[in-house]
Amino acid sequence: MGFFAHFGRYLLMLKSMFSKPENARMYWKEFMRQCNDIGIGSLGIVAIISFFMGAVSTVQTAYQLVSPIIPQATIAQIVRDTVILEFAPTLICIVLAGVVGSKIASELGNMRVSEQIDALEIMGINTRSYLIFPKIAAAMVTIPMLVIIAAVVGIVGGRIAGTLAGIISHTDYDKGLLQNFKQYNVFVAVMKAYAFAFVISTIPSYFGYFVEGGALEIGKASTRAVVVSCIALLCMDYLVSSLLLQ
Amino acid sequence: MIEIKDLTKGFGDKTVIKGVSATFKSGQCNLIIGTSGSGKTVLMKCLVGLFEPDSGSIIYDGRNFTEMDEHERKQLRQQIGMLFQGSALFDSQTVQQNVMFPLDMFTDWSYKQKLKKVNETLERVNLKDANKKFPAEISGGMKKRVGIARAIVLQPKFLFCDEPNSGLDPQTSLLIDHLIHEITKEYKITTVVNTHDMNSVMEIGDHILYMYQGEKQWEGTNREIIYSKNKLLNDFIFASEFLQDAKQMRMIEIEKGEK
Repeated sequence: MGFFAHFGRYLLMLKSMFSKPENARMYWKEFMRQCNDIGIGSLGIVAIISFFMGAVSTVQTAYQLVSPIIPQATIAQIVRDTVILEFAPTLICIVLAGVVGSKIASELGNMRVSEQIDALEIMGINTRSYLIFPKIAAAMVTIPMLVIIAAVVGIVGGRIAGTLAGIISHTDYDKGLLQNFKQYNVFVAVMKAYAFAFVISTIPSYFGYFVEGGALEIGKASTRAVVVSCIALLCMDYLVSSLLLQ
Repeated sequence: MIEIKDLTKGFGDKTVIKGVSATFKSGQCNLIIGTSGSGKTVLMKCLVGLFEPDSGSIIYDGRNFTEMDEHERKQLRQQIGMLFQGSALFDSQTVQQNVMFPLDMFTDWSYKQKLKKVNETLERVNLKDANKKFPAEISGGMKKRVGIARAIVLQPKFLFCDEPNSGLDPQTSLLIDHLIHEITKEYKITTVVNTHDMNSVMEIGDHILYMYQGEKQWEGTNREIIYSKNKLLNDFIFASEFLQDAKQMRMIEIEKGEK
């Protein structure tokens, strides 16, 4: 199957997702389950990665800022903007593409191979709507939240690392955080998070839903889903940055 | 009742179902038999709407399934239950949740009412004390029974079973066969069973459709099958000496009964 055939089928999958739910309560239940899986399930790894991301950013920025005429508070400014604009949305979403993406693809792939999707279809349930839509909706709700949490934890991580290593005092760090702060950067980060959440949920859903074969194909689909999601995510990163950071 | 008229289905250049016509009556166990690759599964998937036939029609109680829009199909599908070859139970749900799923989706009953119905259905398939177990924790035979319970919990008019005996020992196979037969008679539903298990053919086959290379080769009852002169059917059904002996024994039994 060529690129355009895949892309066409992907668009048709998204289109057919929108139909009247058979039972809104069941869809809500599934949505909440997905919010728990994607959001709460990824919270630990997001917190750990963000903390160290902020810590390493502080240490490396301080290492490169050797000029005595540059105030120490500048380190905090650089860490803040890098974490908010790039590290929190992009790096965290690449990690989530691996964690959440592979889970979505393998879950749907397993359901397809073991005929669970067919069983739902025969019951008269629109499986694209019942299985895929709650995943996308949950990703769109929880991933921007995770990105905001990642940004906060990253900045706190930088503060702790900077203080512990004796690079910068917390007074200077806090001062730097408030200097030239642009709320617009947070808006850009959230916009990126929404775009990435869509990519992270829809591409693995597509690869998982259309798996054909057995266990081996589920593994392949899962890997392909993560690779394609990461590439799409980086393209989207460039696109959103170009559009919003003129 | 399900009527199939001149049904054809192909994939690419290959025609898998070639103009099959048949009638499956209600209150009967209708068996589709045939060698692997004869088109049984494709025929069943066409019947339940998982595959779209290329031509022909499928009529459920006078309603043409092939001409129905999505909404009408959804309505009809709520009257269809299906037992899959691998049971197709939802891994992340317990036995109780699996059986309750169709009730959760299509009824507005209270939890108490649903639980009562689930317990009654599980009892009907002779499965007790398994409510809280997950599919991974139960045996193949139990999985089939949960699959049957899930398929009949909404009291469908049509029941489809795809290879219900696959992977089961002969004794459990027989139990599953009898369960399907009893449910068919009790609820007066139209049951279509896809199998190549000869025990099932002789035990529960009220009406048998033999498929060979995508075509209907023979049609009749399990009594008629004994006297059939169709070579392909005989080669398939009574493939071993043991089965040929069993055929002779059955013929003697029938003749004795008639006298």
